[in-house]
Amino acid sequence: MKRKITLEEVKHVSTLASLPLSDSEIKKFSSQLSEVIDYNMSLLEGVKTDGVEPTAHITGISNVLRADETEPGLESTDALKNSKETHAGFFKVKAILEEQ
Amino acid sequence: MELSSLSIKQAADGFKSKKFSARELVQAVLTRIEKLEPKLDAYLLVTSDLAERQAEKADQLIANGQLQSPLVGIPASIKDIIVTKGIRTTAASKILEDFIPPYSATVYEKLETAGIVTLGKTNHDEFACGASTENSAYKVTKNPWDTSRVPGGSSGGSAAAVAADMCIYSIGSDTGGSIRQPASFCGVVGLKPTYGRVSRYGLIAMASSLDQIGPITKTVEDSALVLNEIAGWDKYDSNCAAKEVPDYTTFLKSEIKGVKIGVPKEFFSEGVDSQVAETIKKAIVRLESLGAKIVEISLPRIREAISVYYLIMPSEVSANLARYDGIRFGGSRDKFGSEIKRRIMLGTYALSSGYYDAYYLKAAKVRTLLYQEFQEAFKKVDVIVGPTSPVPPFKIGERVDDPLQMYLADILTVPVNLAGLPGISIPCGLVSGLPVGLQIIADHWQEGKIFNLAYSYEQNYPFTEKPKL
Repeated sequence: MKRKITLEEVKHVSTLASLPLSDSEIKKFSSQLSEVIDYNMSLLEGVKTDGVEPTAHITGISNVLRADETEPGLESTDALKNSKETHAGFFKVKAILEEQ
Repeated sequence: MELSSLSIKQAADGFKSKKFSARELVQAVLTRIEKLEPKLDAYLLVTSDLAERQAEKADQLIANGQLQSPLVGIPASIKDIIVTKGIRTTAASKILEDFIPPYSATVYEKLETAGIVTLGKTNHDEFACGASTENSAYKVTKNPWDTSRVPGGSSGGSAAAVAADMCIYSIGSDTGGSIRQPASFCGVVGLKPTYGRVSRYGLIAMASSLDQIGPITKTVEDSALVLNEIAGWDKYDSNCAAKEVPDYTTFLKSEIKGVKIGVPKEFFSEGVDSQVAETIKKAIVRLESLGAKIVEISLPRIREAISVYYLIMPSEVSANLARYDGIRFGGSRDKFGSEIKRRIMLGTYALSSGYYDAYYLKAAKVRTLLYQEFQEAFKKVDVIVGPTSPVPPFKIGERVDDPLQMYLADILTVPVNLAGLPGISIPCGLVSGLPVGLQIIADHWQEGKIFNLAYSYEQNYPFTEKPKL
């Protein structure tokens, strides 16, 4: 089965990923994503995976805990140093709530 | 013999016997960089002043007889995806073009303690996404063996720098082959340790369940010397295992009588260049002549590994790269290069509502099956060998507009990352003047078995060719 990822789907995904794309990129990705997904699934669909547990992490380490003790971290001046916009010791961000 | 061409071991011996100083060595390497950088474009940043200061300090340690590590005073380069406090780190991306890390990666801190002389930061594919170093936002590194060809990737700058004696060793990272494949393309030794052997803290994340830091060196012995210093538990990386680190140099023995070597027939299937296959088969015959037992095996799921990888990896990339919002550090998201955008899109699509089960989860299940096949194989054999790359180094520009063709360059290295296994690439011959790498894979935590076999091969069949530069 040939999978076709439409221009609309590419636009939707770019919104989800907060990734600005030009029209030519949307067109290019529509065909390239279709090709890669199609290739991948053409191989994977033939593999029986009923009852198989998925692997997200390979060495099986789990629940790594530590004592709940504070220790010195980054100084705020160091943490802010790479930001383009700061205000009174804070990161400055665009407003996400509008005034009524 | 030029000082810059020395191995770690040779340089450390030279310090001990006072043949030359750390300052003389770093000068020789910096001169070499100055001469060859315009031709090869291996570095994104050269830190000469820092290197000279560190070399001076190393000379004091040497004079005082305080050589606590074989790496004291040895000039090395670091892939520019590993953060170094106060030293610009770009991930080869425009989005981090002015990023000065406020902290260092655990690996870099360990190397500082071990007495590193830092030459600078090496080029690679943006955020380590690529197999040719052509995806760097800054420059295209050339293969020292043929400058019209790629050095491999993503750690292409590191591998080219080691091959061209523009450093004594380098630190790279490997998510789907990014240490082993460029090592193969450049005729040097590249080790990807077991997942969790080396801390990833401060390695700018690409795909967290696959990323691992490792050394790129001129010899197998050097690889063991570097792993000794960088391996071990780290409280800042929860996936880093609290397992004892053996002295890896104790595995450097030429004796391999009775070692069982598995050769999967899938490593020689279609798509593998016939001359590469012949070179590897010759290496396997040589290993047999040294007393190893060759066992033919089959790992059928290797066929699907590349598809598993190109669903799981972009999914993790899309999640990890969500942090680049231009607020706390870095620029805006339109500064990502085209391969990064492609992978973010692929991953976001594979994880999106309605597709998660069919794509991501399906791939994660086949990953389980692949791992189980390796586990079964390691009940029968000690190590698995095959080619590192299906093809010799390709021409610059040849695959850059064809993502699927570029992705297929990883076909023999990604299974190792998906299963979390350690793997090495060592040079084992030339095809039309271009290096071919032999890949040796072992079970989790069995880097020692890899070193034993790789060292034995290197001692008995040394690769003495050097690129003509």
